[in-house]
Amino acid sequence: MTLTEVVEKLGLHVLTSKGVSDAKVTGGYTCDLLSDVMANSKAGNLWITMQTHQNVLAVAKLKDLAGIILVNGRQPDEETIRKADEEHVTILGTDESAFSISGQLYQLLGKP
Amino acid sequence: MPRSYKADLHVHTCLSPCAEVRMSPATIVKRVKACGVDIIGICDHNSAENAPAALEAARRHGVHVLPGMEVTSSEEVHVLALFDALGPVQQLQEIVYRHLPGENDEEAFGMQVIANADDEVVGFNRRLLIGATTLPVEEIVNKIRSLGGLAVAAHIDRESFSLIGQLGFIPDDLALDALEISPALSYEDAMRRYSPSLPLIHSSDAHKEEEIGQCCTHFLIEEVSIGEIKKALRGQEGRSVLR
Repeated sequence: MTLTEVVEKLGLHVLTSKGVSDAKVTGGYTCDLLSDVMANSKAGNLWITMQTHQNVLAVAKLKDLAGIILVNGRQPDEETIRKADEEHVTILGTDESAFSISGQLYQLLGKP
Repeated sequence: MPRSYKADLHVHTCLSPCAEVRMSPATIVKRVKACGVDIIGICDHNSAENAPAALEAARRHGVHVLPGMEVTSSEEVHVLALFDALGPVQQLQEIVYRHLPGENDEEAFGMQVIANADDEVVGFNRRLLIGATTLPVEEIVNKIRSLGGLAVAAHIDRESFSLIGQLGFIPDDLALDALEISPALSYEDAMRRYSPSLPLIHSSDAHKEEEIGQCCTHFLIEEVSIGEIKKALRGQEGRSVLR
């Protein structure tokens, strides 16, 4: 499934201004510890977190993640959005919790 | 002439809910004196309310105390802030308190005892000191620096509440003075693991009396001050950190 389809089906807000890439979503990874995401996420994963620090961009890029979903209505600051656009990282948002959106994504993608 | 000072810059008191209740400022200072440590930093979680008693006890017993605190950022990164005097640490505390939501639950987290230098309980802090502030780590570091303090990323080798654990790596533009490693890691292993671009300090993060001075940093400095410690960390003017 592509990122565009996931955004549509889960009703995610697109927080970056460059639009959504047509990256293939291979699965999801839910965690707020960036060190763990660096260690255990897989390329193409959609990363679900409440962490808004700018370092998320470097981690998403390093691990070639499909995008980032910020939960609980969290908003990145302007500088993070500007940098995300520059680095072609898609940041998405939802008012739902990490648990809820992880469950929905899991169902949508089927068992990995 | 610079001389060597043995410093444990990260010691909690009974104000931290996770520290032993017998970690009163006076008890700590006596222990410091007995175990041959020259300088300690008092760094309770998100509060410096036991710093005055620690400074008074230190004056009586002839040891050096640097008043400070261990601030929790919005990313849940622990940052040590150390100062020469009470004024700036209390200014930082005011800012921290304005951005620290919640109330402590003694049953769940422990007591937060404020003591005087005579080992008497003078009150209890009711705030949720174990919680996180809403301040981003950059803002905390910049505030510490602008108040003339020493800003150190605490226990970077720990998985939880550390700069590297929470944020994966050290942000380039963070104006830290040093990185702290916990007693779990040797200096040599830390150098190998991180090849850090910032100086390292080693401290105990003592929550119990017997942990005080368990891990120290040796500074070659003229006198005990934040300015001298900063020079030592940068290796300036004959000051240095002895390994």
